[in-house]
Order: sequence, then C-alpha cells, then structure tokens
Amino acid sequence: MAKSDALTQTVCEIVQGHGGMPTRLLQILRDVQDRLTWLSPETLDRVAEGLHISPVKVRGVAEFYSFLYTAPRGSYDILFSDNITDRMLGNRELLHALCDRLGVRMGETRADGRVTVGVTSCTGMCDQGPAALVNGYALTRLDKLRLDRIVELVNGQIPLTQWPSEFFEVISNIRRADILLGRHFADGTALRAVLKRGSEAILEEMVKSGLRGQGGAGFKSAAKWISCRNAPGEEKYVVCNADEGEPGTFKDRVLMQDFADLVFEGMTLCGRVIGARQGFVYLRGEYRYLLESLEATLQRRREVGLLGEAILGDPTFDFDIDIHLGAGAYVCGEESALIESLEGKHGVPRIRPPFPTTHGYLNQPTVVNNVETFAAAAKIAVEGGAWFASRGTAESKGTKLLSLSGDCERPGIYEYPFGVTVRRVLEDCGARDAQGIQMAGPAGHMISARQFDRRICFEDLATGGSFMVFSHRRDILDGVRNFAHFFVHESCGFCTPCRVGAPLLRDLVTKVHTGHGTRYDLEEMRKLGRIMQVACHCGLGQTAPNPVLDSLEQFPEAWERRLRSTTFEPAFDLDAALEQARQLTGRSDPDAYLREEELMMGAMP
Amino acid sequence: MSEDRSFTLDGRPIPFQDGQTIMVAALAAGVYIPHLCFNPEFAPHGSCRVCLVKVNGRVQAACTTPAAVDQTVQNETGELREIRRGILQMLFVEGNHVCPACEKSGACQLQAVAYYVGMLAPHYTHFYPRRPVDASHPEAVLDFNRCILCELCVRASRDVDGKNIFAVQGRGIQAHLVVNTPSGKLGATDFSLADKAAQVCPTGAILTKHRGYEIPIGQRLYDRKPISVVGDVATLAESKGGRRHD
Amino acid sequence: MIEPKVKIATCSLAGCFGCHMSLLDLDERLFDLAERVELDRSPLTDIKELGNCDLGLIEGGVCNAENVHVLMEFRTRCKILVAIGACALNGGVPAMRNQYDLKECLEESYLRGIGLVDPQIPNDPEIPLLLNQVHPLHEVVKIDYFLPGCPPSADAIWTFVNQLLSGQPLALPYTQIHYD
Repeated sequence: MAKSDALTQTVCEIVQGHGGMPTRLLQILRDVQDRLTWLSPETLDRVAEGLHISPVKVRGVAEFYSFLYTAPRGSYDILFSDNITDRMLGNRELLHALCDRLGVRMGETRADGRVTVGVTSCTGMCDQGPAALVNGYALTRLDKLRLDRIVELVNGQIPLTQWPSEFFEVISNIRRADILLGRHFADGTALRAVLKRGSEAILEEMVKSGLRGQGGAGFKSAAKWISCRNAPGEEKYVVCNADEGEPGTFKDRVLMQDFADLVFEGMTLCGRVIGARQGFVYLRGEYRYLLESLEATLQRRREVGLLGEAILGDPTFDFDIDIHLGAGAYVCGEESALIESLEGKHGVPRIRPPFPTTHGYLNQPTVVNNVETFAAAAKIAVEGGAWFASRGTAESKGTKLLSLSGDCERPGIYEYPFGVTVRRVLEDCGARDAQGIQMAGPAGHMISARQFDRRICFEDLATGGSFMVFSHRRDILDGVRNFAHFFVHESCGFCTPCRVGAPLLRDLVTKVHTGHGTRYDLEEMRKLGRIMQVACHCGLGQTAPNPVLDSLEQFPEAWERRLRSTTFEPAFDLDAALEQARQLTGRSDPDAYLREEELMMGAMP
Repeated sequence: MSEDRSFTLDGRPIPFQDGQTIMVAALAAGVYIPHLCFNPEFAPHGSCRVCLVKVNGRVQAACTTPAAVDQTVQNETGELREIRRGILQMLFVEGNHVCPACEKSGACQLQAVAYYVGMLAPHYTHFYPRRPVDASHPEAVLDFNRCILCELCVRASRDVDGKNIFAVQGRGIQAHLVVNTPSGKLGATDFSLADKAAQVCPTGAILTKHRGYEIPIGQRLYDRKPISVVGDVATLAESKGGRRHD
Repeated sequence: MIEPKVKIATCSLAGCFGCHMSLLDLDERLFDLAERVELDRSPLTDIKELGNCDLGLIEGGVCNAENVHVLMEFRTRCKILVAIGACALNGGVPAMRNQYDLKECLEESYLRGIGLVDPQIPNDPEIPLLLNQVHPLHEVVKIDYFLPGCPPSADAIWTFVNQLLSGQPLALPYTQIHYD
C-alpha cells in the first residue's frame, strides 16, 4: 500500500505542478515517466484520476508517442538515431557492439532492469552523428571509444549528470550565413518597431517581404497572420513549430540553440500583430537538451520587459510563451496534429478546413509557423519587407537555411538566398561524388545528378531544409528502405491508405532490396504509391511513397540490378516457412524442404 | 436563397445548403458515394478514405469536403473506382475477414462496398494479425478481427450513449480498438444492445449473441441489390436486415 | 473443322472441395461444357499427372509443402491460372489457424486432443509438412483471375468460364459476386 501511496503522491505533485490542466497531459506523462522510468497501468490510472479525465484517453496518449513507455524500460534508456545519415556513419555497427557489450538484445530491457537499447527516428544530429538519446538527452559523435565508456558508465550506474559533458555537446556547424544568421539582431528591436509603427504597418512589411512558410509548405506568412488577425475568437494563439522531425533537418535546432531570442521575438511580434496573448513552442522531444536554456532565455526576456505583461512598458501588450515538449511523433510536425498534441491529445491530423488560422488551439484562431519563419519575421519587422525581398527569386523571397548531411566534407547549416542551384550547394559543402540528393527529407524528393542544376525555391525544389547527400559509394535503395521503415513507424494510423499502405510498401521495398523481387513488384509499388499519394488524409501519407516513386524514376538501375530474372516471386520465403514444422517434427528428409529449382518452376509461366 | 446553390457531380447538378458536405448533399439528392466511416447521424471522420471523389481535379474525401458552388465533382470514374478498390483491399488484408464464417455476411457494409467497387480478391499480401475475440458480454460479442477502425462505435458510445466504452489506441498499423475498462473486456462495461454503439458497426466486429445466420442466403440485405440501392445497414430498420434493437 | 477442345485442369489445395461441388452443380450444363473442354488432371477425372493445359482452376489456399509443389506445377503447365473460392483468395477458414503458432496447432491436435492414444506429432515423410501459416494463392504464384465465393455458385462459375472461353471481358452480374 505504501508503494501505491507514494505513486499517488508523485503523480499528484506532477499534475498539480501543471495546474491540473488536461491540455498538459503529454507534459505530465513525460514528467511522470522521467521520475518512474515507465508508465504502468496503475500510474496512468492515477494520472487520469488527477486530471479527472477518462483512463482510456490517458492510455491512448501514452501508447501514441514513441518516447512514452507503457512497458518497463531500463534506468538507462539508449535510443540510436536510425536515419540513413546515421547509418552512413556506421551506427548499426555501434548499436550491435553496444548491445553485445551490455548483454542486451536490441529493443529489450536487460534482465537487471538497468538498460534498454533501441532505435528511434532521426534525432536531428545528422551533421554530428552517429547520434543517440540517453534518457531523452542527445548524444553526438558516437564512436567505439565513447561506446566503451558508456558501457562502463551504465554498468557502474553513474548518473547522467556525471557523464562526460563532451558526450552531450551539440555544435552548431554554421557554414554559411546570409541575412538571417549573418546580421546582428538587437533584442527588442522588432517589438519596438511594432509598437512604434503599428501592426498594420508591420503586416504591410510582411506582405512586401513575400515571406513564405519555411517549414517547406510555403504558404504566405502574411496571409496566415492576416487571416488569423481577422478571425473572430475569444483568444488567439501563436504556435512555433519546432517539431523538426523531417529526417535530415536540423536547422531549427541550431536556431533554437543559438538564435532563440530572435525566434521568441518573432513569436511575440506575431502575438502583437494578431492580438494573441499566449504563444507555444512545440519543441520536438529529441531536443529535450535545449529545454533549460530556452526556459532561461524566456525568463530573461520577461525580466527585461520583452515578454510577459506590459511588454516594453505598453500596458496593452501582454504576451507569454510556454514550451511544450513532443515525445517522438513525426506526424506532430503537421500543424493540426501539433495542435492536437498541444491540447494534450494524441497527434492525429485534423480534418481541414477549417484551418488553424480560424480554428486552431482550443478551436481558437491560431498562427502556426516554423521556427525559421518567426526568425525571419522578426528581422523583417526591423529591416523592412523590401530588404528581405531583395534576395531570392520571384516567388521565393529571402533566404533558406539548409541542413547538409550525408556524404559531404562539411556537413552543417548553410544559408542561401532562394534560387541557389543544387550544384552550388554541393560544391560548397564538399560533396565531390554525389550520385543523388534526398531533398526536403523522405517526404520530399530524391533527385539524381541529371537534376543538379535545379534551383532550391518554391518554383522548383521546395524544401523545409533537409539535404542529404548520397555518394556513388552508396546504394540508393538503402535509403529508400530506411525511409519506408520510417513512414511505417511514424504513420499515425488514422487513415487506411497510410496505415495499411505504408507497411505494404515497406514489405515490397524489402522484398526487392533483399533480392527477392521482380518487375511485377516494381509495378505493384508504383500502383500502391499512386494510391497513397492521392488518398491519404494528411501530408505524411501523401508523401510517404515519394522515395520509392522518385527512385524508380531517377535511379531505375538501382532497382533493376536487384531484380530476379523471373516474372513473379512469392511474397514470403517458402522454405523458411517450413522451418517451424521441421523443428516440431524433427524431419530432415528431402520433402521437408522446398528447393530453389522446384520453386523456379512456378515462377516461369 | 441557399436552395439555388448547387455543384456538379458527374455532370448532374446537386443542390446543397450552407455547411453541407459533398457527401451529405449527394446523399440528399439520391446519389450514392461509397463510404464506410461516414454515417449521416455523426460528424464526419474522414478516416476510411473510401468516399474519395475528384473535386475540381483534386482527390478529396466527399464526407469532409464542404460543398461549394464552383465545384465540379467526379464520382463514378474508372480511376476513382480503382483507388477505392485498392483501399477496400487494404482493409481486407489488414484484418481477418473470413466472410464464410461471419454472421454479418450478406448484411455487412464492408462486404457490400467491396462488391460495389468491384473487388474480386484482396490482391495485397495478408497481415493475418492475431486479434482476440471478446465474448465476455452476455449479449454481444466483440470480434476485433473484423474491426476496420472507422470509430463509429467510439463516436456513438461517446457522443450518443454517453458511455465512452470504446477507443482506438496505438499508432500506425498497431492502431487497434480497445474497451475502456481495466480488464479491456466488454463484459465489464455497461454496454447494452440498446446502445447506439451496438447498431453502427459496418462490419461484424460488434454482433448480437444468440442469433445469427437467420436469413437464408439469397434473401439477405445485399444479396440481390447493391448497397447503392439498398442503403447502409446501420440506417435501415430491422425488417430489412438493419439494426436489431431500436 | 473441329476446334480443339480447351484443356482444363482443376485441383483442391487447402480447401474443402466445395468449389468442385459447385462445379458439379452446373448439372446439365456440364454436357455443354464437355463439348468444349477436356479435363486434364482433376479430382473429377482422377488423372494424377498434369499435362499442358489452357486453364487451371484452383480451389483452396496453400497450407503445406505439397500445396506449394502442386501450385507451382499448375502455374508451369497452365496458360491461365484461376483462383476459385474464398480459401484460394484469402486463405479462408483454414487460415483461421494463422491466429496461432504452428506449435500450438499441432500440440492441440496431436498431444492434447481428446481420446488420443500414444500422443505424438506425426513426422512421417509421407505427410506433407505444414507451412507456418496458410496463404492465399496470389502470395505464392501469379494468379490471372479470381472468382470469389464460398463456394462461387454454379451460375457464377458458368458465367465466368463462358466469358473466358469466348474471349469476352469478364463481368459477373451483381448477384454472382459474393464472398461467402
């Protein structure tokens, strides 16, 4: 009983710390898990009681997010980032080595309950991988030596706070700066500008600037702000989408780490313009390590009158910012799923219309912008729309931050005016031997060397910033298969074509990649991919087949060389499917096997 | 004045009122658009994606897209039929739909819509998931093998019955229907056959116990005429093979 | 000039022969059919060796090594291969064992079953070895046509075969498509 009372007390404290608000459910579950390492059914029931909500709702949230555990986990929970760029850097070898050394199987918890080792989607450290998370904190630049040390630390039960700080060092790697990263920004200048010139004038500058959503969708930011400003609502909200989950993207991490003031200033500016008093940063769980410094920055801004009540002494200017942490769900990068998550629910994209600008957070008008968009907006308020629009192309004004990783000598952040060619970027980052680029992440497009003169801008190659280079040494299909797994893991499961189509597509990719496919399977992938592109409920499912469809078009030879000469191959390994029966019967006679030459018969009609 | 407003569906004008979706307006005009997660008594869900139509050239769900005057909607085209068939095939391989061994067969909306879109076989590779059957309730049986995650029971129990008995948990292909009790058993809830949730399942996932196979093959709801003519099982009276506990 | 008869072979894999019963339900139409086709290997002829055929009709899913062999042979010998009936299309009732591990199935049948004498899992090489799971035909070989039903009615089979033999596009009337 005593144990159970202690549990109640722990949960109560945490729930109260969050004001007993059901919208904080995800944050509460994160905090409870931080304390207890996992969320038992009993724990979840206590949370439900504390919040006066249905237990099934709490369980639903707990089961949805990858970083919430409804089964026991080790006190050290190590998750290797499993993006293709981590794989290029040899993460699999390290992962298996660590499992061996620790005596634990991948995805399982060691019998003594001390450690679990598994994998997770890209953690946004592609320029300094192989990367991992330990109890939610980012580990970078893993190598054999670091692994040896980690084994000692785990077995010695050394608290994370005493692990070498260089293990957790995240560097910014800004390789090229332009107007956003290159020019000094004095805190408060954008807010002074809006107070001096008024919201209308700032909106005019925003319109003039031509700024478009830098998350990659490219919706005109001014139009979003105006729509929200004009929408009727009791409250309005500003949401910064820092759920940078697109594999290969890490520019928002750098902005949040080195330019948090600029981002917060952009959000506060937006709050003033649309008439909101509350802002949220939805920070992806993988960037947990930034939380304390971001909170400190917010506090400092409150202290100097740039945040909170009566900003810059104006009694009509109240605005504050809360940081919400995600918990491992790529789909929450979709703005309506993000809002659901902010409201404490599982992150399923909403039906649109209505759009967040009229029906967003708590059904109130809400602006959701990417980190980079807010940073640019703050600059535009100070420097003017014309200044911003002087860079870029006709339809894509200003600059774009690219996250370069993969096979290049100088991975990191590159800021270019829109319109830069792929070739120029490749030259600058020292990618001498590129056979292809995964542009804008797995949800974006795979392009081959024939297309390196294409330009990065909304008119041509739109991107949120991910730019992963594949050299000629790589098998493009390794990437395609990695991405196919990624989408299966990240599908929210709401709509049929994504929930079922993504695993079907993954299995076809795997079949061909492992040398068991035929031309028929390629055609099946095309058909399935086309259905997913048009039929899925949200962008995740609609873009999930892109790597497959693009590579079939851009790198047909990568697929062709894997094909069998037959016209059809079974969906599963026939002989392996007899193995259980062989073991159960102890048979090893010739008829207990299905030999290749017999199987070939049926393959040739 | 809103009566004059209409959009075009397969060349035919469909009148609509403000706030109506393409689906609702089409239904009112007597035009069938195949669907599973849509039920006119509930707010649209948009998850099954069977009701996809082409609106001004773009594929969209009829059940969630508001009707508008400038819309040219395509419904019965070969392309849409193929997409819909693909989605039905996905649903059939995702669960374990053994029609010959299902009491709902013949009056099953999943089956009827599959007939309507011309599905002869499931085409894709089967998942054969291992799912339980919950027979703990005295009056109803819950067969998770047949659940297609339309969430109609979830919505009915929450919004109409006020019982909140069902929920969907898990992510991606792991998503599954659960019963809102610590044991996860239907028998531990106050679920009743009189509940709306007992009457809305488009498949045989929620069934009445102690009766089954009552109507001979050949006379069942969808044996003679397609669902486009007969209508949805959940919206029909019991005499026609629809709900049994009004 | 007499046209050569169309050669047809049929077999039942993991099925119940119900589809073959339905074929026999063609009744007097069988005489008409016999004018136009010649049966090769089939449970109806008891011919064991499969020759080259125009058409193969297969009932039942794939549950064991022998099923795999027979199906492969049909695929090789038949120009057109048709999956007939629920089991061939999606595994059907036999595939309900896929809910369990093979071990559980065999132990339930041969070790824990009621009234067993000297319980043991049979291991005679004469007995086809079971696959882990039962599969529909299209997961093992390319299938050209599917005819659903448990079984498909004689009318459906009649429509289907006639359309196929006469080279018409396949289109079954609504009442002839059902999955049960």
